[in-house]
Formats: sequence, C-alpha cells, structure tokens
Amino acid sequence: MMKKFSLSSILSQLLLLFFVIIWIIPTFGLFISSLRDKDLLSISGWWTSLTTTEINEIYRMPGMNAQIEEDGYFKIKGKLFEENSGKKIESFGITSKKINEFNVSEVAVFKDESEVTIDEDGNYEWRSKSEFQKKKGKRLFTTSLSPPSFTFENYREVLFKEGIGRAFINTMAVALPSTLIPLIICSFFAYSLTWMKFYGRDILLAVIIASLVVPLQMSLIPILTIYNDFGALFGVAAKSYPGVWMAHTGFGLASTTFLLRNFLKSLPNEMMEAAKVDGASHYDIFLRIIIPLSIPAFASIFILQFLWCWNDLLVGLVFLDQVPSEIILTAKLKELLGSRGENWEILTTGAFVSMTVPLFIFFALQRYFIRGLVAGSVKG
Amino acid sequence: MFIVFLGILFFISYFHISNLVLDAYGRRSIKRYNFENSIRVIVFIAPAFIVLFIFILYPVFETVRLSFYDKFGREFVGLYNYKWAIGDPEFRRSILNNFVWLLVVPTLSTFFGLVIAKLADNIWWGSIAKSIIFMPMAISFVGAGVIWKFIYEYRGPGDTQIGLLNAIIVSFGYEPQAWITIPFWNNFFLMAIMIWIQTGLALVIFSAALRSIPKEMLEAARIDGASELKIFFSIIIPYLEQTILVIWTLITIIVLRIFDIIFAMTNGEWQTGVLANLMYDWMFRGGGDSGRGSVLAIVIMIGVIPILAWNLYKHRQEQKI
Repeated sequence: MMKKFSLSSILSQLLLLFFVIIWIIPTFGLFISSLRDKDLLSISGWWTSLTTTEINEIYRMPGMNAQIEEDGYFKIKGKLFEENSGKKIESFGITSKKINEFNVSEVAVFKDESEVTIDEDGNYEWRSKSEFQKKKGKRLFTTSLSPPSFTFENYREVLFKEGIGRAFINTMAVALPSTLIPLIICSFFAYSLTWMKFYGRDILLAVIIASLVVPLQMSLIPILTIYNDFGALFGVAAKSYPGVWMAHTGFGLASTTFLLRNFLKSLPNEMMEAAKVDGASHYDIFLRIIIPLSIPAFASIFILQFLWCWNDLLVGLVFLDQVPSEIILTAKLKELLGSRGENWEILTTGAFVSMTVPLFIFFALQRYFIRGLVAGSVKG
Repeated sequence: MFIVFLGILFFISYFHISNLVLDAYGRRSIKRYNFENSIRVIVFIAPAFIVLFIFILYPVFETVRLSFYDKFGREFVGLYNYKWAIGDPEFRRSILNNFVWLLVVPTLSTFFGLVIAKLADNIWWGSIAKSIIFMPMAISFVGAGVIWKFIYEYRGPGDTQIGLLNAIIVSFGYEPQAWITIPFWNNFFLMAIMIWIQTGLALVIFSAALRSIPKEMLEAARIDGASELKIFFSIIIPYLEQTILVIWTLITIIVLRIFDIIFAMTNGEWQTGVLANLMYDWMFRGGGDSGRGSVLAIVIMIGVIPILAWNLYKHRQEQKI
C-alpha cells in the first residue's frame, strides 16, 4: 500500500513509539534495577547500567603496616576492586585537582619521591626506596570504565532472607482457592438462574445485579465482626486462610455469577431440552454439556478472579494476620515500602517477584485475559 | 498447602455427592422426580446464596445501621456521624481529591486509550505496541506503586539522582523535587500511575470497537479528501460515542474505590487522602470508629450507584440489539 509511506503514517508511528516507550520505561527500569548490584543501585540511575560507563572513585592505600621489602624497594601492593567486577582502569591521579593526570602504564611520583603504578585490572604497586612511615596511605583517584553487569544476588536475598519467598507461597495459597471456590459455586448458581425454573428467580437475579454496586469496603467491618464472633465461639483464629477464601468468594460472587449467566444464556436452549427428554438430570446436563461448552468462559473468569486475588491488598490486609506465615505479597511489599524505603534493591526485586505470576498469565493467556477483562470490568 | 486442596475438595464433593444422591433418588418414580427437582434447586443455589447473604446483603444493612451508632456500634447517635463528616476538613479534602481523580483519570485514560488504539490500528507492530501498553493492567497497584515511587525518588540537590524524573529535571538544569510531598500537585503524580494502568483497559475495548466502524465510511471520507485528523474527530469519535461513555464510566467506578495506590505511596499524607483511605483509617487505626467508617463506606457506595446503574443499563441495551 502507498499509504504506509506517507508522512502522516510515519508521524503516527513515531507518536505510537513515543507512547510505547513511555509505557514500558517504568517496568523496564524496575526490572533492570532488580538485577543490579545493590551498592551501585543506590548511587547511580538504572539507565547508566545499560552502557559502559565511566566511574570516578577515590581509594586510600593502606599504610606502613602493609609494606613488604622486595628487590630493594619497600612496596605496598593491592587491588582497587574485586575480581570479576569487569572494570577497567582508564586513568588515575594522585591529587584531587588532577584526577586524570596519568594513564595506566605511566608512573606517578609523589612529593616524597615514592612512586605508584596501576595496571588495567586495578592492581597497584606503591614503592619507595625508604621505609613507609605513616599509618595512613595516600589517596588514589581513579577513572574506570564499568561494563554493564547484572546479578541475581538481589533475588537470592529477597526470596530467602526478606520473606518474599514465603509471601509468594502464601499468596498462592490465598489466590488459588479464592478463585476456584467462587468458580465452582457460581457455575451452579448461574446454571440454576439460567436453566432451572423456580419461584423468585427474577428477584434473585435482580439482587445479584444490585450487589454489583456494593463496594468491597462496605463489607469489611461487618464480616470482621462475624469472623471474630465465629472465632471466639469455636475457639479458632478469627483471621485464617479459609476466612480469606470465603471473603474473596463473597466479593467475587456477584460479578462471577453475572458473567457466567450472560454466557450460559447464549447457549442454545434446544440442547438442554433434548438432553432432558433423554432422561438426563440437571446434574448430568451440567457435567456433560455445560462444563465442556463453558471452558473458554471459565478460563476468562478464572484469570480475572485469580489476578484480582493475587493483586489484592485490602482483603489480605484485613482478613489475615500480618505475620510471616500468612502475609501476602502485596501486604509484604507495602510493609517493605515503609520499613526499607531506601533499600531499592529489595523493593525493586520484591515488586518484580510479585509481578512474575501476573506477567506470566498476561503473556501466556492474553486472549482470555482481555476477554475476561472486557466482559468483567463491572467487578466491585 | 494441604488445607488448600481440602478447601477446594470440600465444595466439589458437596455438589457431587448431593447430586448423586438426588439422581439415585429421583430415578425411582415420577412422583419423586418433582420433589427431587425442587430439592436440587436448593442444592444448586444454597452455597452461593448463603455466601451472597453473609458477605454482601447483611453487610449492607449492617453498615447502614452502624452509621447511626457510636464508634463501638453500641449506642444510637442519630445523624451525628453524618454531621461529623460534613464538618470534617479531612473529609472535605478527601471528597475534593476524589473529585479531581474522577475528573482527570477516566478522561485521560479514555483519551490516551482511544488515541493509541487508533495509532496502533493497521500497523504491523500494532499488536506488540498494544500488549506493552496493556501490560500494566496485570500488575498489582502496590507493584505499580513501587515502580513509580522509584521514578519519583528524590535525592538532595548535590547527589546523583537515581529517580528518573529528577534525573531528567536535573539534566535540564532545574532543582530536584520531592514530587510526592508537594501538596495538591502530588495528587497528579499519583494519578499518573492510575492512568498508566487504566489506559490499557480503554485501549483493548477501543481497538475492538474500531474494527466495527464500517470501512466504506472511512474510505468515502478519504476519497472526499478528508485528512486523517479530520476523520478521527468527525467520524471516529462520534461513531464511538457510546463506547467512550462506557469506558469512561468503567474507569470512573474503579477510580471511586481507589485505595491501594495511595495507601502504598503516601498513606494519605501530604494531603493526598481519598475517601477509601480515610475510611480505612477510621475503621482500623487506633481501635477504629465503625460509625464514621460506615458513613464513609456509604458515601462511596452512593457515588458508585448512579454510574454503575447507567453502565448496566447500557450493557442491557447493547445485548438487546
């Protein structure tokens, strides 16, 4: 097509590219940061880690205690940075005024006539004809090139030391049943609302639609009171996993039923009638006809509800104790935001861990996700 | 982990066993068949209905009742809590903030969604672009909070800025700012997060809707020499008017209940509080005040009702067509 090469088409592609870049940068920055060394993370922006960068550092050599005698010289040897850091020294200096005075192969001479050499890998040798007398060594100013380097160290720390790994399992233990239970009971509910005849069916349907407007916040206090009473009555904890499952079930019930019913209504009536004539019970119809036909609808609703439960903060905050064995990822992240607000390596990595499951679902099942989302945006 | 399977198994076996019993019972005679059917209705409905009653219906009435009672829910205080709310400066600010959120976020999300949907239409890399812009929809609000807090990160004027926004500002020679602590304007920095998330929702709905516009109409306009901009404003926007309204209301409903982002980013400090955060504070901080918390919950619900009612009405209308 000619149109592709027109000016307005190029402009609009550029504009789209602009939007895409704006939208991807925040997540991309988080991801890159979670892979960076934590010391570098706190002193330089994440964007600097993508290219080889120049770093200026100051290093103080050790004093007289480190000296050795060799080939008629008194020497102090050492290394400016760790092995495997990948840095390469470009130039160095011995005064703060001229930090780039010498190249790596050159010899720098101090005022006291001691001299120092540095090689590319950061090994230095400071030598003097006479013995070193001072406790403190002299300063070196180095300029080095640092290539992009990434590490999984943050992930190891966050998963096992900061309790994010445990929170991940907790979240799974919350989200899976909180998705499957409503799916099970709502599919029966929606079936009876669509295909069974009974007194009060229309009223019940109206109630379901009306409860879509009830914001979740409204239920928190009354439900918590019920849980407390229930816990006191039977001597069990008021806050527990089954409690959260039922809360999520309750909050997801209206929208799940609503969506499923809309779907079931679109199935052909004749099929049910034929099955009934053949002597199938409602349960037979449900198992043999409805479930196989509804798999795509189930998938969409499953994903929607699962992501909702996985990403939820409020329900997990209110209905679970904030202890390591129960705290969910979002609540844990919020806690870390408060207590470790400056430790960006922990925050970025933790956030990325919490995003792994949603992102996996997003990329693997995008079609169902979009379908569910478009249909299910009425959720309270 | 074991308990997880137990919990799910419980519900499956409830339905399975009770239905098998009914099947076995009902097959014996026709008289029993009718009885069996009415029992089965109850079996199918009961769990969902009980959950619906406990978790939605009862709480609504209980919340309305509590709003007329004192902070422990014991003594009747009439309209006291409502009067308090009207006079409370924090409540007014939350309402105002909520209002600004409602004005800005749905409008901009819808606008960006429509523009991006149009731009990505008929371009070979359009679906990749859409995926990327849609991706934030999958992330939790708290996760998004961390992402953006990192962007807004502030360091003193002399230090290296590790927050992207401040780094950009500094590179242009301006002073770095602690963005989320500047009263009033910080609201907009929090809103940016929500727009970043919700634009994806608008985008996917719009890109489906764009395909429904008759090709002949667009072709005719092009033959008549209309520019793409002209087509966008004179044909596409009027044609999608209904869709625009539906999306706008959808996002409005989500924004009315916004809680997590503010809770994670500022906790309502620096004058960023909205109704849901204020409610959470009154319910759970310092022993809680169920009366005032309930009033705030009711205010949120009253805000949602007309918008959702309209939305459902539209939904029904579309289904009829």
